[in-house]
Amino acid sequence: MDVVIWSRIQFAMTAAYHWLFVPLTLGLALVMAVMETLYVVKKDPFWKKTAQFWIKLFAINFAVGIATGIILEFEFGTNWSNYSWFVGDMFGAPLAIEGILAFFMEATFFAVMFFGWEKVSPKFHLASTWLTGIGATISAYWILVANGWMQNPVGTTFNPDTVRSEMASAAAFWEVVTNPVAVSKFFHSVTSGWVTGGVFVVGVSAWYLLKGREKHFALKSILVGGLVGLAGSAAVMLSGDASGIHAAEFQPMKLAAAEGLEDGGKGAAFTIVPGIKVPHMLSLLATHDWNGYVPGINDILRGYTDNDGNVIPSVADKMAMGRTALDALATYRANRDTNPEVAAAAKAVLNANVQYMGYGHLEKPEDVIPPVGVVFWAFRFMVGLGMLLALVLLLTVWFAWKGKLEGYRWLLWTAIWCIPLVYICGQSGWIVAEVGRQPWTIQGLLPVNVAISSLSAGAVKTTFFVFLAVFALFLVIEIRIMLRAIRKGPEVEPGNA
Amino acid sequence: MNTEIFSLPLKRLTTAKMKSAKELLLSIWDFYRDGFRNMTWGRPLIWLILLKIFILFAILRLFFFKPAMRGLTDEQKSELVGAHLTEKTLSHTDTLTFN
Repeated sequence: MDVVIWSRIQFAMTAAYHWLFVPLTLGLALVMAVMETLYVVKKDPFWKKTAQFWIKLFAINFAVGIATGIILEFEFGTNWSNYSWFVGDMFGAPLAIEGILAFFMEATFFAVMFFGWEKVSPKFHLASTWLTGIGATISAYWILVANGWMQNPVGTTFNPDTVRSEMASAAAFWEVVTNPVAVSKFFHSVTSGWVTGGVFVVGVSAWYLLKGREKHFALKSILVGGLVGLAGSAAVMLSGDASGIHAAEFQPMKLAAAEGLEDGGKGAAFTIVPGIKVPHMLSLLATHDWNGYVPGINDILRGYTDNDGNVIPSVADKMAMGRTALDALATYRANRDTNPEVAAAAKAVLNANVQYMGYGHLEKPEDVIPPVGVVFWAFRFMVGLGMLLALVLLLTVWFAWKGKLEGYRWLLWTAIWCIPLVYICGQSGWIVAEVGRQPWTIQGLLPVNVAISSLSAGAVKTTFFVFLAVFALFLVIEIRIMLRAIRKGPEVEPGNA
Repeated sequence: MNTEIFSLPLKRLTTAKMKSAKELLLSIWDFYRDGFRNMTWGRPLIWLILLKIFILFAILRLFFFKPAMRGLTDEQKSELVGAHLTEKTLSHTDTLTFN
């Protein structure tokens, strides 16, 4: 395998590892904040002890997850240096805001939440617990602004002198911050974190019920965690709908790959699994129109007319325009100091074709097709598991509400097994998002093979296995500490458990 | 004009502010010190965080993550990336005119 593949595998592993901790942080933060609110409102010490137990598990997850995202930023400089330079402030600004503002907010209030039970008033502690979660959520927003820009590079001007993407104005910054892809990814990712938190709380509580321990604590936790998870599930479906619309608009190849749609058309059918289709459903999901046109892989290669009447060029035409842009860039840079007229003419040609510049690096039109099988099945895992998780949450909350949950041992076991499944679901979502946009690091502007640094595959391979060992070690440590804390159980008041 | 009457309240105010700022810093210090001292189940987590930060910054960052463009000026970085972007396309420049 070459250096591009090894660098992608290394980045994917690091991002996937980071995403093991983030969704539980986002979800548990909401669960424990709701529980502590119940304590402050009802003045019932049971809720204080319950919130303290889940905050303990939150802290364990936080401790192991902290700084795992930093490794991704290290990799940008080492493995993806062309990309890092090319993106300029477009990527650096959101990440800097995330680090300076959101992470420090999260870390500051985490300390108050962690150390402050006996030091600050209950209301101040409650505010700190909420602000810890809000800080984590704001942090996620800025990360997803950066990611969303890679999927839909709005608000950017390419500077041929610096070879960087630049924000020309405050309006451009606003365009980046309100990028529709970033907004829908934010809601989709954060609310999927609520599902993760809810499923985790329900699964751990189900284990206590199966063991005949902490019944009151477990049932109350299931009600709070389950409702948070169900709210998350509903929001995930709504934001998933928006993500589908945005994929159709900005990344139609990703949508076509997720559907395995070779030839599109009006009234396109949605494939549940190969051989089972729902007529018109894909058109409805992708365009909100029963007969909306959805391009397939071959249509995108050949060029098509979209639902607004815009003629989308073929990939071959985009490649020609991309090569024109790259040639113009080379000419501009070669002549800018010696022949201003030629340079000015070249710059005009570059500006006219810059939106297709990345296509100039492709060797053949088929290079724009991502690995269809991977994206297709990852999408089905994500949706299928998401629906299963929502059903399990609904049933556990319903039977807990009715006081009959302990009689359904199969459901309790299912709830425990849903803990690994919710992680597979979340990872599948990221596979759809990131593998589905291949070959682009920045959609239409920079393919992965140009974004890479001049490294040897051997160097990347070595670091890959070093990281794998370090990550595995910390994961094992976290799981052991987490399991020990769960086995020990909540230290609730006598009479409540 | 005797400026003392203006500077005195200001001086007192500044002293009071400095005192309150000092008290605030001390109370924050006490908060963290007591928090760390009284930890029970959290203690191994702190060690875990410190160990991880050591591995990340003192080992991985130092020995495995050497930024590919370290030491280059911004101009040199532009030249390098510009060359990478256009190196495959130089053959096309002969066939196009830009004036």
